[in-house]
Amino acid sequence: MNTWSIGRRLTLLLAGVAALLSVLSWGMVTSLAQQAAERTQDNVLAASATTIAETLRSEQGEVRLELPYSAFSMLGAIGQDRVFYRVTAGAELLTGYEDLPPPSAALTPGAVTFDTGSYRDEEIRMASLTRLVLAGPGPVPVTVSVAQTRSGVARISAELSRTAALFSVAFFVVAVGLSAFAARASLRPLNEIAAAVSRRGPSDLRPLRRAAPAELVPLMSSLNRLMDRLGQSIRRSEDFIAEAAHRVRTPLATVRTQAEIALRTVRDETEKQRLRGIIRAVDESSRSAGQLLDHATVAFRAEDLSRDPVDLAELAAQTVAALEPTAAMKDIRLRLEAERAMVRGDAVLLDNALRNVLDNAIKYSPEDTTVVLRIERNGREARLTVRDEGPGLGDGPVEALTERFRRGTNTGGIVGSGLGLTIARDVLQAHGGHLHLATAEGGQGTCVTLALPLS
Amino acid sequence: MRYLLVEDNRELADAILGRLALDGHAVDHAASLSEAEEWLATAGYDLILLDVMLPDGDGRDFLARSRAHLETPVIMLTARSQVSDRVGALDMGADDYITKPFDFSELEARCRAVLRRRGGAARNQVALGQALFDPLAGTLSHAGRTVELRNRELRLLEVFARHPGQILSKTQLMDRLFAQDADVTENAIEVYVGRLRRRIDGMGVRIETVRGLGYRMETGGP
Repeated sequence: MNTWSIGRRLTLLLAGVAALLSVLSWGMVTSLAQQAAERTQDNVLAASATTIAETLRSEQGEVRLELPYSAFSMLGAIGQDRVFYRVTAGAELLTGYEDLPPPSAALTPGAVTFDTGSYRDEEIRMASLTRLVLAGPGPVPVTVSVAQTRSGVARISAELSRTAALFSVAFFVVAVGLSAFAARASLRPLNEIAAAVSRRGPSDLRPLRRAAPAELVPLMSSLNRLMDRLGQSIRRSEDFIAEAAHRVRTPLATVRTQAEIALRTVRDETEKQRLRGIIRAVDESSRSAGQLLDHATVAFRAEDLSRDPVDLAELAAQTVAALEPTAAMKDIRLRLEAERAMVRGDAVLLDNALRNVLDNAIKYSPEDTTVVLRIERNGREARLTVRDEGPGLGDGPVEALTERFRRGTNTGGIVGSGLGLTIARDVLQAHGGHLHLATAEGGQGTCVTLALPLS
Repeated sequence: MRYLLVEDNRELADAILGRLALDGHAVDHAASLSEAEEWLATAGYDLILLDVMLPDGDGRDFLARSRAHLETPVIMLTARSQVSDRVGALDMGADDYITKPFDFSELEARCRAVLRRRGGAARNQVALGQALFDPLAGTLSHAGRTVELRNRELRLLEVFARHPGQILSKTQLMDRLFAQDADVTENAIEVYVGRLRRRIDGMGVRIETVRGLGYRMETGGP
């Protein structure tokens, strides 16, 4: 398929037509101008010949004439062409240039004939007229010929032709401009549809509902069908993720419940330890399953990130409220010190990132401590810092902790999947931010910073 | 408090029912959405625990449908992915959600938080000696002074308040105070009982140690 731009194709086509029309019109104007100039010369030559012929008279059997000044002055109107004339009575030259070529056709009295010929190496046009003059024994045919060189006519035609060419070029330029405009105007509905599609949020798969020219209706309806299918497949994969989680977690919930009931009824401490081990294992697998699925969802959403305005302070307040009961179980206080910080992004993903970081902080904090969440604006960055009073990050390489399934060296017996920080990092990177891990000053506690560009 | 539990998994439902009853709540159980509607037509509830995937439909759709005429706070029980579910559940008007499998202590903490957030409609204060105990707000008022209790102190006091004069074993108290997977010894109870004793000092109520058996709360007396 030809990948040439339709706009360019349309413009070129219209410009081609304009060029053809320009050349044609130039040719026509030029030939008309030539004809007009020639006809003017003919008329003047005829008038001049007639004027001379009108002065013919017979005097004592002789043919006489006067050469009137006006007969030549009217010829002077056409440039600086040279003028020749000849008057003959029968075969005898009365006045003028004898070697001027004779009229080509037989002359009927009173009618003017025109000839184009060459005289003294110049092209000439000649008008000839015959009149019968009564002189002597009978009427004598007197022929008046007036000739003029044609360079003036040629100049006038050339001038007219040049002007015509200028007009043609101007016409062509204007036509090209109009063609481009017309091409753009006729492609505008297409561009409007494209703009309407690209303006949409990533999850907006509603069908396009806008009036479109008839030619674009098939394209629109195929686009709508495609979006419909895409929406269905996204819903299917989201349903699949949800369904998979459901399938894994429901039996785990039953196992956990049974273990809890058993834990309440057994008295033997060894048995109790075993049951607690089961509960921990169940928690670990359900957490891993949940985070794997979250990770998949996050990756899926991050690929086509929505960019809504989000107030980090408001988001953090909500996340803190959601995790407060979990923290309260260990008598951990969550303190939020926030200033307003607007960023652009996907609130669901940002909440998930913060939730994973806060969840870690609560998990690794000793009982009866405080986790501080601070939001500050720092230059062009919003910084969200979560600081706990836990054991810190241990000796291992700090940045490696954001790798998938990597856990710290001092996590002890605490349940974890090793995906929490990976999710948080992925979310931040998708938003053009970064995650920073450090052991808090004084070596006590962990300090996790989520940095995001301010909007 | 009167709870309605909508959950089709029999074992899980039984366990939740048992646990909530242990905390002194009255709980009705519906195994499907239609049963839930029948219960809701006959009685008023303080809180609804609603499963997402039920045999006759999606709990979230049910919530969206009945939100207009249902004032009761709702906590969703879900086994689905957090990300996709949070959006759905909270948008449909749930007050909170908890992911299965969950710890009962967490469920209880979330119930409490939701009830507190929804505010005093069902506030019930309990007189303890000369003090007034508000389990929802987590406060203890005495002689014009209000003490705010920490989470574990509050839960401990709640158990004692519900069973005045009864001996409660350390195991019973452990169940109330710690998550099931927490590796704590029974000695930890002594720490929290000690803290609670300091809180209620001089309020006409005290916690006695019954050697070898556990603890008992007595009101009245010095």
